[in-house]
Amino acid sequence: MIAYFISLLVIGIPICWVEWTLGRHGGQNNYHSTSGILSFILGKPYAKYLGVIGFVVPVCIYMYYVYIEAWCLGYALNSISGNLSGTGVDYQAFFGSFTGAEADGVTLKVGLGKVGIFVLIVYVMNFYFIYRGISKGIETVCKFAMPALIFIALIILARVMTLGTPDPLKPDQNIIAGLGYLWNPGDIASGLRNPQLWLAAAGQIFFSLSVGFGVIITYASYLRSNDDVVLSGLTASAANEFCEVGLGGLITVPAAFMFLGAAGIVGQGTFGLGFNVLPEVFAHMPGGQIFASIFFLLLFLAAITSSLSMLQPGIAFLEEGLNIDRKQSVALLGFVTGIGTLFIWYFSKDLKALDTIDFWVGTVMLFVQATVLVIIFGWGLGIKKGWAIAHEGAEMRIPNIYKFIIKYITPSFLIIIFIMFLMQNVFGWNYSFSEAKFEPTGYVRDLLGDDDVEPSYVARLSVAWIISITIFSLFLVNLAGKNWAKRNQTTP
Amino acid sequence: MTTGGWISMFLSVGFVTILFLYCIIRVLRGPGGTKDHSLGHIEPVDEDETAQR
Repeated sequence: MIAYFISLLVIGIPICWVEWTLGRHGGQNNYHSTSGILSFILGKPYAKYLGVIGFVVPVCIYMYYVYIEAWCLGYALNSISGNLSGTGVDYQAFFGSFTGAEADGVTLKVGLGKVGIFVLIVYVMNFYFIYRGISKGIETVCKFAMPALIFIALIILARVMTLGTPDPLKPDQNIIAGLGYLWNPGDIASGLRNPQLWLAAAGQIFFSLSVGFGVIITYASYLRSNDDVVLSGLTASAANEFCEVGLGGLITVPAAFMFLGAAGIVGQGTFGLGFNVLPEVFAHMPGGQIFASIFFLLLFLAAITSSLSMLQPGIAFLEEGLNIDRKQSVALLGFVTGIGTLFIWYFSKDLKALDTIDFWVGTVMLFVQATVLVIIFGWGLGIKKGWAIAHEGAEMRIPNIYKFIIKYITPSFLIIIFIMFLMQNVFGWNYSFSEAKFEPTGYVRDLLGDDDVEPSYVARLSVAWIISITIFSLFLVNLAGKNWAKRNQTTP
Repeated sequence: MTTGGWISMFLSVGFVTILFLYCIIRVLRGPGGTKDHSLGHIEPVDEDETAQR
């Protein structure tokens, strides 16, 4: 947790302040997309291309995120109908069948046991709300969904904390031991010397705060000049941390430990823990059917607020860059993301398409975008000017130490973490300098193949799709640049 | 659960909870809490002007 909180203080919160400040500053000058904002702030023709990731990332992530969102809705309805609470249910098999992980194309069917119909429902819901605009659409959903989310999480937390020892035959698997499994510190000194620990901690902070998505910068561009971006940025980070550490940290892992033991948790990733382990936990829990329904409904509410936020940067860019109205931009974005979602929906075997796009876009591009934003704030805009803009309308002051942190520490930390990330997850470095070994990871072998493994055509198609979207986006940015130049010439 | 585990949990959960409550209180009690939060400065608010939002 020490590495986690240090990462929060030197990466998470500073990048939030940077994105909020850059976004609000661009918005005051009528720019609402990352490309437009960076183009305005740097005042150079190339600057608009630096923001292309701010369009590509949310659009591409939306394509698979909506698919995962459909899982949540499907699991909620399957829980309500009792399909997940019967005895002897093989949750891993259910997950494979429901999501289409067992074979390509199998979920293009309608039924409670397949994700297909839920993808359609979720897709229509998203575009209905996004078409209604920011105040009538996104804001209305978030205003009710977010408090509901925290309220439901508190109910589940209370239930988990009062479970005691659910199975008297396994007295070691109780709530105190579950909390200990999560919170007992190991050897702190050797842990802090382990680069993998820092990589994991920084990555968790980085991805959970959604920094570098292009979403915060767009939302902040709609603020007024006297809105407090310092307090808003800190509040957004604090709310996320409260939900992640204060609620998620006390619910998921201790609950899984109580019912499955340490051996049952080991090796479970996010999907495994959420969709395989937790249904099993709920099935063993008194009133489990109700709690499972509530939990997956909660996940769905959280997901829909996120997916709506991912569409707005694309809408903003298309509207302001191509001079089209909301109806046209929603239609164009709906068409592009629809093709992408259909691709991920069809190529569902082993979730290969989803996983490939998530890695190259949802992970690698995010790092690049966040680093670009921090460098532009500290070095392009200038820390002195950026500091003054951040404090316009702010009652809260950012501690002065953050001038140094944002200018030097955050970009250095991000670059080091990014290099380490690439070394581990792309080149497969064994973290040894004396006996360094590199064994390309699955993401690379999927694309290039090797002596033992054939390249995956789905992974190759996924990367080709990412490249196509990026080239298409660069073309749009070029077009948008001409529109912005024309607008600036006609505006006195 | 060891003593270190209890300390680690209370410090972590306590820190994020206090920070969150502090921020919420400042947002609600500060002058910002009384500001008009409508988005009329950036988008039309009438139902029949949805396409212009």
